[in-house]
Amino acid sequence: MYQSINQIGALVAKEFRLEWRQRYALNGMLLYIVGAVFVCYLGFNARRGQLLPIVWNTLFWIIQLFSAINAIAKTFVQERAGRQLYYYTLASPQQIIIAKIIYNIGLMLVLSLLGFAVYAFVLGNMAQDWQLYLGSLLLGAVGFAASLTLVAGIAAKAENSATLMAILSFPVILPLLLLLLRVSKNAMDGLERSASRDELLSIFAIDAIVLALSVLLFPFIWKS
Amino acid sequence: MKAHWWKALAVLILTYTVFWGLLGPTPRQPILNESIRNVYFHVPLWFAMITLMLTSMIFAIRYLRSGDLAHDTVSVQFANTAIVFGILGCATGAVWANYTWGEPWPNDPKLNSVAVSMLLYLAYLVLRGAFDDEQRRARISAVYNILAFAVFIPLIFIIPRMTDSLHPGNGGNPAFGKYDMNSQMRMVFYPAIIGFTLLGVWITQLQVRLRRLQVVMED
Repeated sequence: MYQSINQIGALVAKEFRLEWRQRYALNGMLLYIVGAVFVCYLGFNARRGQLLPIVWNTLFWIIQLFSAINAIAKTFVQERAGRQLYYYTLASPQQIIIAKIIYNIGLMLVLSLLGFAVYAFVLGNMAQDWQLYLGSLLLGAVGFAASLTLVAGIAAKAENSATLMAILSFPVILPLLLLLLRVSKNAMDGLERSASRDELLSIFAIDAIVLALSVLLFPFIWKS
Repeated sequence: MKAHWWKALAVLILTYTVFWGLLGPTPRQPILNESIRNVYFHVPLWFAMITLMLTSMIFAIRYLRSGDLAHDTVSVQFANTAIVFGILGCATGAVWANYTWGEPWPNDPKLNSVAVSMLLYLAYLVLRGAFDDEQRRARISAVYNILAFAVFIPLIFIIPRMTDSLHPGNGGNPAFGKYDMNSQMRMVFYPAIIGFTLLGVWITQLQVRLRRLQVVMED
């Protein structure tokens, strides 16, 4: 048990080191989200002060969704098949998927915090209860990472994986996205925390289901 | 003959459902009026669809456990039939909604959830098309099938219950059966569920046999 946790730690460290070595990919993702936010900012520039809170919130989550899909899609394609075979001999598939998910959670946290910072900076912060808003970002990062990592594994096995990644992940991510939109809307309106308790519980439940499924199902993808 | 009794049962039940469903007595309800008879068709179609999806997932699991391609064929055909039932459910629902809620596609969480779940299963079919190797296609799509069902459940049973919905039994509305259906209607409604489910299984069985024959012909 202790040894397997150690191995997962080593795999996570490997992911971070790999990312750091190919910094252009990381920089690309960061620039992608900043660019998307800036496009939205300029798009709404025509009529200042017309941005409704609901539009503000939805727009932010849509940017998050697209950058998440883009960032996580390359989880399994950035390494060559030969090296993946090498990992296959070294570690169990469960360890690999857990390591990938942990790494993607970290990546998503960086992306969403940066995205939120830039978004709030240029378009103004409309969230009244910003702690809860950050909390929803956190839960969103975990949920996106968990469900998209498995889908990325599926899509990577097919040839035209960019299109496939999008169509496979939109419906899978949607229940989570709807709940997140609702919680973050509550946070924006500064409602009582208890008003969002049901949604938060459901998000936790969905996150748990998807995590469990990823760990259970990934060995079957990894084998082929 | 032994193996065919359930097909005869399906025909009998569905004939009974169509005739007695359209002719039988119903309670007079405001707004619903005669359209209440749609409960014999719309609702059982959904129940049958959920059963078919569940069966599809069970066969996906069986495939992953055994690696037997026969289970994969059964799984995908159940998913196909489920999609057809889903489209029929949408169509009957749209007719009903048009006369009771005023428009064929009101912005209702349950409808949107169903649309998303149709997207899920269509994505499943697209995913299957992306592979040439049979074993690989079967394995990867079985994984997505299980994931799809796991997403489908919160989509259709949890989210619509958390918001305002037009559907009975959702968003704090009382379930349909509580006030609107009387015991005479239940005499048609419950058999109709069994009838439509059996019909779905029958269609799937024929499709599976057709597919098997095609495979034999190709070889």
